Amino acid sequence: MARAEEIKFKDTAARLAGAAAFSGPPPAGEEPGELEGDRMVLNIGPSHPATHGVLRLVVELDGETITKVRPEIGYLHRGDEKIAENFTYTQFIPYTDRLDYLAPMANNVAYALAVEKLLGIDRQLPPRCQFIRVICCELARISSHLLGIGCYAMDCGAMTVFLHTFTEREKVHNLCESLTGARFTTAYTRIGGLSRDMPPGWAEECRKFLNEVVVNIEETETFLTRNRIFMDRTQGVGVIPRDVAIDYGLTGPNLRGSGVDHDLRKTHPYLVYDQLKFEVPVGTRGDCYDRYLVRMEELRQSVRIVHQCLDQLPGGPINVPDGKIALPPKEGVLTKMEELIHHFINVTQGVNAPPGEIYFGHENPKGELGFYINSRGGGTPYRLKIRSPSFVNLSILSWLLPGHLLSDVVAVLGSFDFVMGECDR
Amino acid sequence: MKCPGLVSEPAEFRGEITVEVSDAERMPEVCAAARTELGFDYLVDITSVDNYGEDPRFAVVYHLYGYGHLCWLRLKTFVSEEKGELPTVTGVWRTADWHEREIYDMMGLRFRGHPDLRRILMWEGYPYFPLRKDFPLAGKASDVPEVAFTSAAPLEGGPFVTVAGGKDAIAREPRSRVPEGEAPKD
Repeated sequence: MARAEEIKFKDTAARLAGAAAFSGPPPAGEEPGELEGDRMVLNIGPSHPATHGVLRLVVELDGETITKVRPEIGYLHRGDEKIAENFTYTQFIPYTDRLDYLAPMANNVAYALAVEKLLGIDRQLPPRCQFIRVICCELARISSHLLGIGCYAMDCGAMTVFLHTFTEREKVHNLCESLTGARFTTAYTRIGGLSRDMPPGWAEECRKFLNEVVVNIEETETFLTRNRIFMDRTQGVGVIPRDVAIDYGLTGPNLRGSGVDHDLRKTHPYLVYDQLKFEVPVGTRGDCYDRYLVRMEELRQSVRIVHQCLDQLPGGPINVPDGKIALPPKEGVLTKMEELIHHFINVTQGVNAPPGEIYFGHENPKGELGFYINSRGGGTPYRLKIRSPSFVNLSILSWLLPGHLLSDVVAVLGSFDFVMGECDR
Repeated sequence: MKCPGLVSEPAEFRGEITVEVSDAERMPEVCAAARTELGFDYLVDITSVDNYGEDPRFAVVYHLYGYGHLCWLRLKTFVSEEKGELPTVTGVWRTADWHEREIYDMMGLRFRGHPDLRRILMWEGYPYFPLRKDFPLAGKASDVPEVAFTSAAPLEGGPFVTVAGGKDAIAREPRSRVPEGEAPKD
């Protein structure tokens, strides 16, 4: 075996001569002009760490600049709307967990409120139920935003933030588990109430978590908000002007990042949001950094809301007293005739909804989650349409991404904080 | 709104206003008027309902919202099965693009003038429209493009792995495969 000093390298002149012999001499009298490179088509996803699920982007590149983007979705399509037409209203609740699977409790609440609006009982829910539902929504928002910010930081090259926020997110799931019995697939709401009341000591656990998550949010802020690398990656990138955001139907933090002061919890308060004090943060420039700042502030506001709910949490029942809507108490079913009949009808046929059509929009962590229910009476919807925020938010990509560099795709996608489970339904 | 005879009297249910538009062909005109004159600058959603067995068979439902006055409005129009087509409103709100593609994909209504009317959730070339009422919940067999099964991967094999080749997806499933050394059933 030859030792290193014995290996003879060709000198530069010899290498150049060899290269010229290989490629042939350049044509005489012809200057190499402007390079007319072909456009390159790059396929990102459907399985790619930056696409947060199964989004596929077909990107046309001129050098490193994007000239055209075609998002391809549908890889997670499960036909939820078709399934809903064949199930009773209560049977569909577990399917709503699988829409935005990062905030399942918020979906449960949104769906239950939509059906209750159809039944006309959305203003008659017991106060305790309403407060617990608000707590659920805001815990889901905290969980979703912690994940969104953590993953976004990781997309932009900061691994620590991801591990940091996930530590807190784990605690939210522990709270979910003791409240609902499941960490992710919560299926917590029922039409006209909740599946179970808070376990003893849950409020104290929740307060303990809130005090810890505030520290974590502050620390995450010191990691990112004035971080030069993070600011360079996100400021001035993915700018969405106010009118374009409205035209493309953006909702949630993505809309508010563009400076539109609109939050369904404020403009059309449902549950007890009109009794709670909170602010709605809005951005000024509509870039990725603003969307991050909006989420950061929403985390703090959610903590504030949950604190108020725990302070004001009233006692009393968690279900509406009408046995035709919510299941009657078990001891009544076992001893009384009427309760037994209600239980039987409710389980076998479902709640008897009136004919009509309603739309209910709910401020989910990702944006406006809407349910359009077309009922012809009876226990199943004739048509149930899920207006998912991620689906609408992603439709702006083919307008937004051209002109950006390829590396900005990761920064823009992360700033949208989408979930393919609800996009594809 | 300056559309005499075109829109019905508003109907109210659970505090929501529904207005029916009698001619689906003039939907862009009505939508443009709703946007410019009535300030409905945000198109929340477009969806469709299959009123199977009725004529006209399909209803297309538009949900509008205005950030200026914070009001919702539902516009509803009908399309018959033999026509199956209505003009696009992508010129009024750009967000209509994906909503209309979804309706085309799921319900089979075509939007005339749409810039890119392709399937969005199902794959290109899928022959059915799954949200129609005459499509069964269990689905129908269709020719799936054989993307994942074209050739055997190096680590192919074992009792729990879907095999390459085979007549259809059912034959490739490990559950239907006869274990080695056993006589095939029937």
